[in-house]
Amino acid sequence: MAIPYTMEFEQPLVEIESEIRALEGRSGSGEQDYAEEIAGLRKHHDRLLQKIYNGLTPVDTVRVARHPNRPQSSDYIRMIAKDFVELHGDRRYGEDPAIITGFGRIGSLKCMIVGHNKGKDTNEKIACHFGCAHPEGYRKALAKMKLAEKYNVPIVTLVDTPGAFPGVGAEQRGQAEAIAVNMREMSRIRVPIVSCVIGEGGSGGALGIAVADRVSMLQHAWYAVISPEGCAAILWKQANPQTNAEAAQALHITANDNLKLGIVDDIVEEPLGGAQRDPAAAAVFLKEWIVSNLSKLRRRKPETLLNKRYDRFRALGAYDEVTPAPAPDPRPES
Amino acid sequence: MATTGTKSWAELKPAGASRIPEGLWLRCPGCASMIYRKQMETNQHVCPECAHHYRIGADERVRQLCDDGAFEPLFDDLRCVDPLKFKDLKTYKDRLAAEQKKTGRHEGVITGRAFIKGRQLVLGVLDLHFMMGTLSSVVGEKLTRAIELATAEDLPLVIVSGSGGARMQESGLSLMQMAKTSAALARFDDAKGLFISVLTDPTTGGVSASFAMLGDVIIAEPRALIGFAGPRVIQQTIRQELPPGFQTSEFLMESGMLDRVVDRRELRNEIARLIDYAGK
Repeated sequence: MAIPYTMEFEQPLVEIESEIRALEGRSGSGEQDYAEEIAGLRKHHDRLLQKIYNGLTPVDTVRVARHPNRPQSSDYIRMIAKDFVELHGDRRYGEDPAIITGFGRIGSLKCMIVGHNKGKDTNEKIACHFGCAHPEGYRKALAKMKLAEKYNVPIVTLVDTPGAFPGVGAEQRGQAEAIAVNMREMSRIRVPIVSCVIGEGGSGGALGIAVADRVSMLQHAWYAVISPEGCAAILWKQANPQTNAEAAQALHITANDNLKLGIVDDIVEEPLGGAQRDPAAAAVFLKEWIVSNLSKLRRRKPETLLNKRYDRFRALGAYDEVTPAPAPDPRPES
Repeated sequence: MATTGTKSWAELKPAGASRIPEGLWLRCPGCASMIYRKQMETNQHVCPECAHHYRIGADERVRQLCDDGAFEPLFDDLRCVDPLKFKDLKTYKDRLAAEQKKTGRHEGVITGRAFIKGRQLVLGVLDLHFMMGTLSSVVGEKLTRAIELATAEDLPLVIVSGSGGARMQESGLSLMQMAKTSAALARFDDAKGLFISVLTDPTTGGVSASFAMLGDVIIAEPRALIGFAGPRVIQQTIRQELPPGFQTSEFLMESGMLDRVVDRRELRNEIARLIDYAGK
């Protein structure tokens, strides 16, 4: 069962929820029926919930994206993939549980699913380094994507990481190289790839499995070059609630921001009050997005697919191009 | 900073190592001996006593690497904008203006056509002096155009990296430059191009985690800091002393992550030799 966890900005809801519970407890026991009151409170509750979630600040969004009850890759796989066959290991160094990979059927489509895994209980979280993958995780992801390519199976990646793991072993085994190679190789894998940032999209650690034909974010996910805390610590010289909030704002981390910048193509809606309130409903929206996009992409010829994928990333960036100064007259041939 | 006998990065690279103090003489941060500045400078900014490699800007690098007058800058008409209206303690606009004034350059990379010992190639050099050589939209775009030029004209490609990583002030857009340059390198690779990646002190973050580590041949200057995460971040994460020499060029070579550690004074020769073996 989901553990109770309340974010400050949700506090106003808690009181109403407990009132509803109290009335529900009394209903049926006595002669009085509180159905009307309960319905009224529910309506009020949902209106307030809507209002709160419409007004989330970027730093609130980060809180929602990190909510302990927010569904993770393993949950989505369970909810949207039939007959999942997990595949382990990078065949080079080891098995990194921080990235799950395997075959599964989504709707009628056979897919390779690759997703960051944060872990559910304490032991699993530690084994997964809270979703921070090591080089072997990225290499495993690539190995399985190449396997999918071999059998013409499309790829779905679910991004949910604070960032790639910063550690001695990770550096020794080439964290930077592993991420770089994944980006290079994903740009030329000849099967359709769709990626969705389902929670946290932390920098290179996220992008290392997110070079795709179509990229989306769940409504309350974040995606940026660095976490707000990391950015605040460097640019504001200290990370505290105030600077974290400013950094989150400045970094343009929300789904809407990323959509405007062209970094993601779609926003996948979440149920009212976030995926953590209704994981099953969130899974339905995600599944719809995956199926509709993969079915479209599957019709593309591999060449077209790769060209469009290249052009998609090629076009990203913001700059001005000034008119170059006129070139000096070419010297006459002598 | 380090409490044990092993040398940490903070000791190897004292603050301000990138800035050479004014004056005729200077104390080398590598061996602490007094050196005559001119002698160091004519020695390609390498300490004549201990071979400590001073950090150099992109112009100096181009001068050192290329044959006399054999560099033609390209894509210089690209200008940085401030897409996110980013403001931390200062605005990005102000930071850019200050960096542009300091370096006399619009952005943190030089790209162009070059000859090294008579071998024609496409060259990109990140400029550490411009916002720590960070990867921005313009830097990513110029490098991508350079890679595409090398692909189209079937020329070897050399990129000299020295960078703190992706530029935070352009957030997701700078992150995307990692994918963009890597994708361009995939095409260059498909065309069987030779990419020599030269890593200098420091090469970290989003630059190491994209084009810098994708060289067909990767060479590094001695004792450069090279890594994905910065040493401080790692120390805070693992709460342990880092091993001696951690994240140096030599450490990376021992870990199997790069091909050669090359003295700056040999760089021209090495690049030319590699092009003769693997270039077209």
